[in-house]
Formats: sequence, structure tokens, C-alpha cells
Amino acid sequence: MKKKKKKKKSERLFLSGNEAIALGAYESGVKVASAYPGTPSTEILESLSRYEGVYAEWAPNEKVALEVALGASFAGVRAIASMKHVGLNVAADPLFTAAYTGVRGGLVVVTADDPEMHSSQNSQDNRNYALAAKLPMLEPAEPSEAKYFTRLAFQLSEEFDTPVLLRTTTRVSHVKGIVYKERRRLSKVKPDLVKIPEKFVMLPVNARKRRVELEKRLQRLRELAETFEVNTIEWGDRSIGFITSGISYLHVKEVFPEASVLKLGMVYPLPEKMIRNFAEAVDELYIVEELDPFIETLVKAMGIECKGKELIPSYGELNPSVLRKAIKGEEEDLFEPVKIPLRPPSMCPGCPHRGIFYNLSRLKLFVAGDIGCYTLGALKPLSSMDTCVCMGASIGNAFGMEKALGKKALGKVVAVIGDSTFIHSGITSLIDIVYNKGFTTVIILDNRTTAMTGHQPNPVTGFTVCGESTIEIDLETLCRAIGVKNVRTVNPHQIEETLKVIREEIKRPEPSVIISKYPCVLLPEERKREKPLYIIIDKECTGCRACLRLGCPAIEWVMIDKKEAKKRGREKQKGYARINTVLCNGCGECEIVCKFDAIVLEGDDGKDE
Amino acid sequence: MERTNNILFCGVGGQGILLASEVTSHALIEAGYDVKKSEVHGMAQRGGAVEAFLRYGERVYSPLVGLGSVDIEVSFELLESLRYLPYLRKDATVVVNTQRISPATVATGLENYPEGILDELKSRGLKVYPVDAFSIAQELGEVRAVNMIMVGVLSRFLPVEADLFIDVIKQRVKKRFHEVNIEAFNRGREIIE
Repeated sequence: MKKKKKKKKSERLFLSGNEAIALGAYESGVKVASAYPGTPSTEILESLSRYEGVYAEWAPNEKVALEVALGASFAGVRAIASMKHVGLNVAADPLFTAAYTGVRGGLVVVTADDPEMHSSQNSQDNRNYALAAKLPMLEPAEPSEAKYFTRLAFQLSEEFDTPVLLRTTTRVSHVKGIVYKERRRLSKVKPDLVKIPEKFVMLPVNARKRRVELEKRLQRLRELAETFEVNTIEWGDRSIGFITSGISYLHVKEVFPEASVLKLGMVYPLPEKMIRNFAEAVDELYIVEELDPFIETLVKAMGIECKGKELIPSYGELNPSVLRKAIKGEEEDLFEPVKIPLRPPSMCPGCPHRGIFYNLSRLKLFVAGDIGCYTLGALKPLSSMDTCVCMGASIGNAFGMEKALGKKALGKVVAVIGDSTFIHSGITSLIDIVYNKGFTTVIILDNRTTAMTGHQPNPVTGFTVCGESTIEIDLETLCRAIGVKNVRTVNPHQIEETLKVIREEIKRPEPSVIISKYPCVLLPEERKREKPLYIIIDKECTGCRACLRLGCPAIEWVMIDKKEAKKRGREKQKGYARINTVLCNGCGECEIVCKFDAIVLEGDDGKDE
Repeated sequence: MERTNNILFCGVGGQGILLASEVTSHALIEAGYDVKKSEVHGMAQRGGAVEAFLRYGERVYSPLVGLGSVDIEVSFELLESLRYLPYLRKDATVVVNTQRISPATVATGLENYPEGILDELKSRGLKVYPVDAFSIAQELGEVRAVNMIMVGVLSRFLPVEADLFIDVIKQRVKKRFHEVNIEAFNRGREIIE
């Protein structure tokens, strides 16, 4: 504590919206933070785990995360649960009843929506949850507000005895902006175990009474909304007025700097009087919001005339160009796009998922898939994923197909799911298969991490979010414990052995689990590991393209002309394959699939001798 | 009020684009500007196209750059400089690393790497500054320094003193990489008169 010099410079930070939420929670004295990783929400918990005095954890799924946070709130401390939009579907069960119980310590639930589906399977508008669960929802527009609103959310939560929803979108969570540190403002609630059954035990007799309280609370929140500091009017040109919130507010300011704007910092419940006054004061009223006509529908229900979704797109992200076109009808004079090769993401060179999908494509199986890096197995050339719905859906989906087709499905359908996803919500479906006498084969891709969201540890890895070691859940023991007799572990890079195991297990008329166990190549330990380097002896390469069917970014195709082909003694050869040694991670799968022994370890090509 | 300025960083995953945009953001903040930077995380895989938008000015509202609004495009890879054409202003400046990194379809022989990319840019009236950043980085003995070379070139077009950039590099980069990164920055800066 020696360096207590107040340097003004150090108080100005450049933070993402997610980091700002974490700082806001810290400044509010949050004690317990729980989350499941999901883009664009992941960095909130990661950032919180670095603050002293905050217990932060990765929960197995979002429902557990919210239940843990709610429990902490019952015990009288401030708590936060953060998740991506679809995560709130998983946590919806505790959410709706937490609205009845209310809180002791402030409870903030963050939902990070992804309107453009940058990294999501749908683009649901989670403002609807505020309406459905009857909870207040704050929506910041930029990082500085994300911190400010988080602080307000904790105060609001305790003052009104309610969980508070804080909604961001990708462009709030992942945008960096200037944020200032502030003094911490802690809760006055005392941490303790207090028995208040009429509040915490939602037996119907208690819940009915709490339901009445919920209605009263909503009414008080409606009154607050009229004067709440986050709902503001910026008067400008009154011929055109906008009602907007969150990121859309910034786009409006960008395109219509002169217009009058009613910015809603709290998007539910709405300040009806404020909206009426604003609507009367402007000639033309527009509602600008991404996704659903959420505000628009509520405003129209007040009997107020306005324009909204007939002009503004109801899907995808908004941006200044979209608004300009939608409202001003301006066509911009732009450069035409040029058709150039795409650069889509792909499994990394040496990715342990590749071998499994290569085998699944050879076997031409129908693959019920799941959410993770391995969803890329659906893309060419592997093209081996046939369904992908939501976290944990693969196993249930595959079992449903089995029950629909009966014996016809034996040996034709498999479920593929990652380690973290299996823990999230795959276990229960596997129990369904065992309990209801199924034969569906489940392949668990255990790459020792939650890779897609940026390598978070999970219960299978044996480490916590803070890097402390903990009990490592053994998948094989777990599967056996719930009654799966046939559990086998394979190394996916051993392609032929793995193929044999898959063939045997899919034929079995009883449940089976194959655990494909090999660490992700991007894990720090794997990056550091000295790896063998493979090369292709170009004289030996016949140009059969077998190795290219692995879809490995490190394998390149070099075209040759007829003269060159003749020189090689294979007149019909069109080219040969080459390994980009900068990219190669030495998994050796290409060596196995090459039937002409043209792929060898460096040093085995005879050149070095 | 001066209008908000827009910079687009683009290239391929693994080229250090996010650090380059981070250093530039901090230098602009130190110079007194409001800054917003927008990027998308999520797909952890390497090798995909990567972009980051940086906006600076007196007060920056939207973090997103509309079509036809980019003042300076900093492309870390040759082909990527063409991908964002509709985002560029008609009088935009394009700083482009002439290094080629083949997309998967090119590597596997399904498509060819387009030729004449610099001419494509110039023929549209854009101010094009080609930089062989990869060769310079090799000379410096650190291929990962490509990003600071690009920041060095970019710095010539920004209202920020070189010293501020160097201060920021010292704050943002591990100490044992200070020297090579600062040298890379200076080499980039020297390219433009």
C-alpha cells in the first residue's frame, strides 16, 4: 500500500464492455460470480476472476451459474451470473422463480446477445425475458456505461428486492472504449443465513403471495422509470425524434446528430409518461432497435403512433449505413465488392477433432452434432456433421432418430459432443439412452479444454478458472457409473485403430461411448511441446489427393503441367501435395492416410544423410 | 466539430492485428482523442480473416464503421486488402503488406491467388502504400514484428507523435521484445517520406 500516489493517468482505462462490467461488479463489492463460457459473454467472468476478494467460477452450465449466484444473494452478498443469450434459456428456470423470491444481496444477471450471429446458432432478443419474467432490465450502449449500469444494477436489485437483468450485445461486450475507475460502493446487507420461508420457499401458498408482491414491485419500477437517471432526453431538432437504447442509440447519434433522442437505459419497464411527452413534442417518431420490435410494440400498445420495423431490419446488427438507408433512404456511392477467395475458419493443423471426422466421413454415418470447435466438422471436405441445434442436443437428437427408425438406425447414427458440452447438458441425455434401452453410440471429443470460447478449463480438465488444480472428473468412470457398459478411449490421431473401434461400437445393440482423448493444439502445453515435422517427398507423391481429404490447412496443392508430369513418369498427374512446415503441428494423420509412403518424418527422406 | 476518423485493420488470424490496433488505440488516447475499437472474438481458430475497426475523434458514438467510411485501411495481407472495398471512402489511404498467405481454397488448388491486386486498388483512385513488411521483419530477425512495422507506417498518417507510440509499445509489449518492436516501428515509419 506504499504506492498510494494518486496518478490521474492510471485511472483512465481502455476496456471492453465485458471488462467494464467486471470492473463495475468489483466496484460494487461483488462476492460471488458464476458463469458458463459463451461468446460474447466469456470475458466478464475471466476478468472478474482476476480481482481480489471475488470468488469466481466456471459452472457446468448457466442454470447452475444462476442458482449459485442466487444462493449467494440469499446469503446476503452481492452476486453476478453472466451468460450468452442462449445460456439464459438454460437458466430460465431459476430466473423466473428468482423474480418471485427476490434477493438479499444484490443479484445481477448478464445476458450478452449476438444479433449478427457472429458466434451463435440463433439471434434471439433477450429483452423478451425481462417482460416474461417481470424483471427490470438495463441496457448500456458503450463500455463506460456498462460499468456505470452494472453499479446501478446492484443498487437497484437491493432497493427493489429483485434480480436485475443487464443486457449487452456483441458490439457492447466486445467494443473497447475509455472507462474511468471509481471508488467502490459496497452493499449494506449483512452476509448471514436468514430463514425467511415466505420469501425463499416457493410452495404454492407462498408463491401466490410473492406473485402479488411481484406486481407491486413492477408498479414501483414503472414509477422509478419516469425519473430514473438512465432514461434521458436530448432535445434537438423536434421535427424528428427517436426512441432508442443500447448500441442503437450510438448509431442514431452518428447518423442524426441534430435530432431529439429519448435514450432508454432501462428497457423494461418503460417510462410511459416520459414517452408520451416526448412523442407529443416531436413531429415524427421513430423507434430504432435491433432485432424484435420490443420497445415499438410496448409504445404502440400505449396508443402512440410511431415508425419502426417497417423501416428498420428485424434481424442482424444495425450500423450507421443500415440506418442511413432505412430512414433517410440514401443510396451510398460505394466501391463494388470484388469476388475473391473466402477465408473461413477451419480446424487447426493438428486438431485432434480432424481424425474423428475423417473417419465419420469414411463411414458415411449420420452425425448428430453439437456446439464447439468441432461444429466445423460440418464444413468441406470432411462434411461429417448432419445436425447442430443447441448445447447438448446431439445425444438426444441421435437417440430420437434411433427411436424413430428402430433397428434401421443401428450402425448408421452417432452423436458427437465435446467434453465441456457433455458436462453442460449431455449427461442427462446419455442417461436417457441407458434408461430407455437404446443403442446409440456417443463420441465424446475430449480435447482437455473448452476450446471454442478461448480455452477455459472445465470439470474434465482438473483446473479451476484461477488455474488451481481440482478434482478431475473422469469421463470413463462417469459414463460407466450411469450404466454404460461399453466405454472405450481412443487416440484420434491413430486413424485406423479409431476406425476399428467406431465400427465395432456402432454395431453394438446396446449403449456405447467412445472417448476421443487428445489435447487441443492451441493449449499452452501443446504449443510448447517439441513436435515432429512431416514432409512430402514430391517425387513419391502421385497426386492422388488422399491427404487433401483431411482438410488440413498445412497441406497445399501444387499444380504441374504435362511436361512436368511426364518427367515424373506419371503422365496423368495434375499436381502434388506439399506440407507448409510453418503451419504443420506434426499430428501425423497425413502420413497414415498416404498410401504411397510419400509423407515421412523430416530426416527420413534421405536428404539429410 | 472535427469528424470522427476511421481506421480498418485487416489480415489473417495470427498476424498480431489485435495488438497493432491496441497499440494504435492507446497512442491516440494519449494524444487526447476519444477512441472506440470494435472486434469480434469467438472463433478461436487460426487462419480465418480478422478485422478490427478503430474510430477516433472528439466524441466517438457508434463503434461500427459504415460502408464507404474507412479513411485508412491497414491490410496485413495482400489479398485481404480487397475484401473490404465497400467499406472504403473513395479517397481512402491503403497501407498494404505485400505478404501472401494462401486461403484454404487456394492452398488446395481449387482457386488461384488473384494477381494484380495493387493495380486493382490503384485503378480505383485509392492512395496505395505497399510495404514488404515480412521481408523487413525477417531482416530484423523476428517475423512476428510485422505488426509493429505496419503500425509504424500507419503512424505517418495519424496526428500522434512517434514518441507516444514508442511509450505505448513499451507499456504493451514484454520487456525483452521492446527493442525489436521499437525498431520495427521505426523501420515502418521510415518507409514513408
